[in-house]
Amino acid sequence: MHPKLSVRHLFKIFGARSEEALERLAQGQSKEEILRETGAAVGVQDANFEVAEGEIFVVMGLSGSGKSTLVRMLNGLIPPTSGKICIDGEDVASCGAARLQAIRREKIAMVFQHFALFPHWTIAENVAYGLKIKGIPAAERRAKALETLDQVGLRPWADARPPQLSGGMQQRVGLARALATGPQVLLMDEPFGALDPLIRREMQDELVTLQKTLKKTIVFITHDLNEALLLGNRIAIMRDGRFVQVGAPQDIVGHPADDYVSAFVGDIDRGRVFRAGDIARPPQSVQVDASHADVLDFMMRSGRTAVYALDNGRIAGVLCHEDLVGTTVAIRDHLKPFARTRPEVKLHELYPLAARGLPIAVVDDNDTLSGVVELDDLFACLAGTDSRPAPAHPPVTAHQQTERLDAQPG
Amino acid sequence: MLSPADLVTIPLDDWMNAFVRGWLVPNFRPFFRAAQVPVSNVLNTLNAFLLWVPMLVTTAAFTLAALRWAGVGTAIFTLLGFAFIDMIGYWPETMTTLAMIVTSVLFCALIGVPLGIFAARSDTAWKITRPVLDIMQTIPSFVYLVPIVMLFGVGMTPGIIATIIFAIPPIVRLTNLGIRGVRHDLIEAAQSFGSTRWQMLWDLQLPMAMRTILAGLNQTLMLALSMVVIAALIGAGGLGLVVNTGLGRLNVGEATSGGVGIVILAIVLDRITQGMGEKGLGVGPSLARLLGGVFRTRPLPDQKTPG
Ligand SMILES: Nc1ncnc2c1ncn2[C@@H]1O[C@H](COP(=O)(O)OP(=O)(O)O)[C@@H](O)[C@H]1O
Ligand SMILES: [Mg+2]
Repeated sequence: MHPKLSVRHLFKIFGARSEEALERLAQGQSKEEILRETGAAVGVQDANFEVAEGEIFVVMGLSGSGKSTLVRMLNGLIPPTSGKICIDGEDVASCGAARLQAIRREKIAMVFQHFALFPHWTIAENVAYGLKIKGIPAAERRAKALETLDQVGLRPWADARPPQLSGGMQQRVGLARALATGPQVLLMDEPFGALDPLIRREMQDELVTLQKTLKKTIVFITHDLNEALLLGNRIAIMRDGRFVQVGAPQDIVGHPADDYVSAFVGDIDRGRVFRAGDIARPPQSVQVDASHADVLDFMMRSGRTAVYALDNGRIAGVLCHEDLVGTTVAIRDHLKPFARTRPEVKLHELYPLAARGLPIAVVDDNDTLSGVVELDDLFACLAGTDSRPAPAHPPVTAHQQTERLDAQPG
Repeated sequence: MLSPADLVTIPLDDWMNAFVRGWLVPNFRPFFRAAQVPVSNVLNTLNAFLLWVPMLVTTAAFTLAALRWAGVGTAIFTLLGFAFIDMIGYWPETMTTLAMIVTSVLFCALIGVPLGIFAARSDTAWKITRPVLDIMQTIPSFVYLVPIVMLFGVGMTPGIIATIIFAIPPIVRLTNLGIRGVRHDLIEAAQSFGSTRWQMLWDLQLPMAMRTILAGLNQTLMLALSMVVIAALIGAGGLGLVVNTGLGRLNVGEATSGGVGIVILAIVLDRITQGMGEKGLGVGPSLARLLGGVFRTRPLPDQKTPG
C-alpha cells in the first residue's frame, strides 16, 4: 500500500553554519562536537520513516531528543535543512508557501502540548477556527464545531471560555479543533504530557476509542514509553535527533536494538505489551479417537504434559499426561474443560485463565484452534527470558529502519 | 588655551539654514501644506463639535465613561472637576485643548499602531524603527518646535503636528511589544491551520495585544497632554495659551487657572484610558445596562420620556 506519509533523509540543523554541520555529520561527528565547534545545534539527523493510512506512529524520546523539531517539520512550521517529507506523494518541504497553506487547511492538523487554545474566544469558536480560516460561513462552522464537540463529549461547554475548563477538557477542545476541518493526518506533540496521570490515562483510552472510528493517520509524540506502547502501532525511539529503533511495540520490548533502548524497556509491564498470538505455539493436537498409546507417544515426542484433542476439527478438550498413564478408560472420558482466547488479547488478561494450570487455546474467527499458549512460555515472556525462536519479522535497527512497512497488527 | 575652535569652525547654523530654507521648504512646501489638511480638518470639526455640545452633556458623558471604566471615585471627581472648570470660566479653552489632544492621539494611533505592527513583523523592521523612536524620545520637546515652525509655519495645526511627533513613540513601542508578546504556541497553532498573516493579525495578534496597545495609548495621551503648553508657544490655543499668556503677563492667577484645568483633564483622561486598558474595551451589553440603569433611577411609570 502507498504510505500516507513518507519521510526521507530528513535533517534539521539550527544555526548559521548548517551546511558545514551537515558535512560534519556525514563524517560521523557527534551532536556535541558539532555544537562546540560550529555553534550549530543538530535538531534531527537522517530521519527515515513511513506511516500508513490509519496507523498511529509514535515517536518516543527524552526531552531535547528532537521530537518537537521532527513533528514541526511535517507541517512546515520548521523548514527542514534537507530531506523530503511526502504526504500522499507530495513533498511538503518544497511545495511552496501557497500549496503548504492549502495542505495545512485541508490535510493535516496539529494538537499541542499546552493546548494552545485562543483565550479570547469561546470553546465553539476555538473549535471552528480552522473552518474560519478557510472562509466557511459562521452558521455552518458553528454547526460543525458543535458536532465535533459532541464527539469529544464537550458540547455543553460550547459557549464557555478556555480558562474555565480543566486541562483534560482543554485538550479535548484542542483535539476537536484539529478534527473539525476533517484532516487525514493528525500531528500530536506530547498532547497528554501536561495532564495528571489519571486524566492522561483517560485521554489515552479515549484516543484509542476515537481512532477506531476515525482511522486518522497519526504521528504521536511522547516521552512516556508506556504511552508509546499503549497507543503505537509502530514506535520510533529517538535519541540525539536520530532514530535508534523503529518497530512494533513487541519488537521494541522483545528485541531492543541497543543498551539505550534496553534501559528504557527494563521496567515495562510486558504483560501489557505482548499478545497471546506473540507467544502461542503452533497447534499440535491429537484426534479424540486416537489410542492411549498414540497420545502418550505424542506427548513424549513433543515434550508436553497436556495436549489439545480435536473432534472433527473442533476443539474437544485438553488431555493431561497424569490422567492417561495407567488407565484404559477411553480418551474421550479424560477430556478436561479448557480456556480459550484470541491472538490479539494482551497477556495480562490471560492471568485468570492461566490459573487453571492448563495450556490456553488460541482460537481464530471460526473458533478453530490456531495456537496454544503454554504456561512456561507465558512466564518466560513476562520475565523477559524469552527463549522461543525470533519472530517472523526481525527487529529493526537504525540502519534498516526504512525498509519496514509490514507487520501491522490489524 | 588652545581649543578646537581655533583650528576648525563648523558653520552648522549656516548649513541648516541653507538646507531647510534653501532646499527643504521651497521644494517640499506643497507636501507639508497637504500633510496639514487632514489634521486641521479633524481638529476643526472636533473643536467645533465640542464647543457646540452643551457643557452638561459633555460632563455627563465623561462621568458615565468614568463610571464604566474607572469606578465611582473617578466618576465623582470628573463631575466635580468639570463643574469647577466651568465655574472658573475656562470651559471653552478646555474643550479646545480636549479637541487638540483627541486629534493628536487619533493620528498617533492611526500612524503608530500600523507602524508598531510593521515593527513586530521582523527583527529587521524593529532594528530600523527602534533607534528612530529612541531619538524622538531623547530630543527635548522644545527642540521639535524649530523645524516644525520652519516647515509648517505657526498656528493650531503645527502645534498638533509637534504633539503627534512627540507623543507617538509609546504607542509604536507597545504595539510592537504586545504583538511580539503573543504566546508562541498560539502563533504556531494559527499557522498550523493555514492562516494567512492578515488572518493571524486580526484573529489572534491584535486581540491578544489589545491591553498592551491600550496601555501605549494611555502613555501617548499623557505625552500629548504634556505638550499642551509647549505647543501653545507656536500658536496652538486652548488651556496652553491661557497658561502662556498668564506667564507672559506675570498674571499668576490666569496661569494657575489654566494649569488647574490641564491637571483635571489629565487625571480624568488618564483614569478612563487606564481603565479601558485593564478592563478591555468591551462596550457591548454592560454599557447598555449601565446607561439603562442610570436613566431608570426613578420608577418608570412616573417618567414617560427619560433623560
Ligand atoms: N529554535 C532553535 N534554535 C536552536 N536550537 C534548537 C531550536 N529548537 C530546538 N533546538 C534544539 O534542538 C534539539 C531538539 O529540540 P526539540 O525538538 O525541542 O526536542 P524535544 O521536543 O524532543 O524535547 C535540542 O537540542 C534543542 O536545544
Ligand atoms: Mg518537545
